[in-house]
Amino acid sequence: MAVATPPQSIEEQRSWEGNLDQLRGLVSERAITGETMLLNMGPHHPSTHGVLRLLLELDGEQIVSCLPDVGFLHTGIEKSVEDKSYEKALPLTDRMDYLSPMSNNMAYAAAVEKLLDLDVPERGQIIRVVCLELARCASHLVWLGTHAIDMGAMSVLLYAFRERERILGMFEMLSGQRMMSSYIRPGGVWRDVPDDFLPTLKQFLIDFPGKVDDYEALLTQNPIWKDRAQGVGVIEPDVALAYGLTGPALRGSGVNWDLRKAQPYSGYETYDFNVPLGEHGDVYDRYLIRIQEFRESMKILNQAVERLERVTGPYRSENRKYCPPLRSELGQSMEAVIHHFKLWTYGYDAPDEEIYNAIESPRGEIGCYIHGTGGNKPRRVHFKTPSFIHISALPVMAKGYLLADMVAIIGSVDIVLGDCDR
Amino acid sequence: MGVSSKLGNMGVVTTTVEQAVNWARTGAMWPLLFGLACCAIEYMSSQASSYDLSRFGMELNRATPRQADLLIVSGRLTRKMAPVVRQLYDQMAEPKWVISMGDCASCGGVYNNYAIVQGVDEIIPVDVYIAGCPPRPEQLLHGILTLHEKVRSERIADWA
Repeated sequence: MAVATPPQSIEEQRSWEGNLDQLRGLVSERAITGETMLLNMGPHHPSTHGVLRLLLELDGEQIVSCLPDVGFLHTGIEKSVEDKSYEKALPLTDRMDYLSPMSNNMAYAAAVEKLLDLDVPERGQIIRVVCLELARCASHLVWLGTHAIDMGAMSVLLYAFRERERILGMFEMLSGQRMMSSYIRPGGVWRDVPDDFLPTLKQFLIDFPGKVDDYEALLTQNPIWKDRAQGVGVIEPDVALAYGLTGPALRGSGVNWDLRKAQPYSGYETYDFNVPLGEHGDVYDRYLIRIQEFRESMKILNQAVERLERVTGPYRSENRKYCPPLRSELGQSMEAVIHHFKLWTYGYDAPDEEIYNAIESPRGEIGCYIHGTGGNKPRRVHFKTPSFIHISALPVMAKGYLLADMVAIIGSVDIVLGDCDR
Repeated sequence: MGVSSKLGNMGVVTTTVEQAVNWARTGAMWPLLFGLACCAIEYMSSQASSYDLSRFGMELNRATPRQADLLIVSGRLTRKMAPVVRQLYDQMAEPKWVISMGDCASCGGVYNNYAIVQGVDEIIPVDVYIAGCPPRPEQLLHGILTLHEKVRSERIADWA
């Protein structure tokens, strides 16, 4: 078998036509003889949720095999982080899973805290929970809108984005940025919540459950939606576990695994909420789970708001070796000026150890592995991201279904290519 | 070259045709349904309820480049994706315009590394650059209106 040399220049790439022999073993023998059709889907396709490329082998309209091709959004974030001090690397993590930047911040910040053995005050933990659950709602709203558009229901996107704008407005209040907030930082959060944040959040919590009912009225009992979603893209629980699926894609198959319950972080063990589970492992069950997660997030947020009003105190660790002093202290304390200067120029040293820490993002388990050097920069940082793993399971989910079901399956596992390729 | 060389000096008529054509072009500039990364989500926000791009005749995204007038490069452009974007641009029919949305598309942004093309203008000509990481929908609207101004000032004599 000839080994393909990757084409270098643009002209070479465009004139490169490939060779069927290179696909031997990846597609069935029938594709080599021309009995089945090979169809390219992506990387420019409205329903691949980004720059995912799929090579589909079709028998008529039925999918025989599916080869995902990722890397069209490979950004080199993990390598770039190696050249930055721990705090300065944080804004890069925002841009991996760009539908829920707060979860990435949390995964990275929690990993750094674990490496440094750094404490997080209670108020900081509560603000984090508020941010993470709002991010879960914002991410699920994009999923809902785009998933519905893929299946032909155009209006849901407009409703979903109406509520998402309100969440982004709250993120802007907190951090000054709508999407890439870099708000959750090692040791706590960047700053305390502003005065008008809590009233806005409370009003949102009053309005949002009714809006979720509206989405359900549009979709849940809609016969077209049920026809397109039920019994499509089924993945059995044991197969889902074997492929390492996490998040709603795993819980849709009925496996009760949620890191917020299984390995609680940021005080999640003290909140009262349920983990919705599916039965059939199909597109419809994964849809129902995310809709129920809206309601569970509302439960958590209501409890968090109550605590936020009660608990006062610092929102970020007081350990000045790792966390900068308040701005107001700078004019009064020489100590504070020294700490401030040291932290924003050199950063801080982290021990020569390797740690792994995972949290539950809207998509599933997002884990961060850091190997320190003893200096102010890491030797290696790696992110275990749910989208990459879910894409690897697409061939199993798609096999035997129709081409038109492919967009439903891609939508239901909720992939983000920035998260996959990094 | 162009229409005016064939028709001679048409004086005030030329100006009117120019204005009419440019008005029509700015009134229904169909963007290519194309997103790369984070900026594409803000682009979707601009399309959705609160910002509503259809006010500018742009609610119709075409998934095929053959029917699109405007390429909004929204997000970081990787070396693996660059030939695809170039091919999409080549497939678009004239007249066509390009907006480079966000820092990554304009200059590489925070990613000065092996994977990212340092600005989409390395492979295709860009009409309007929008700063921001990601730009707010208002910034995108401002960029689109800036492009409209540019199109309105185009002259028939300059058409090849």
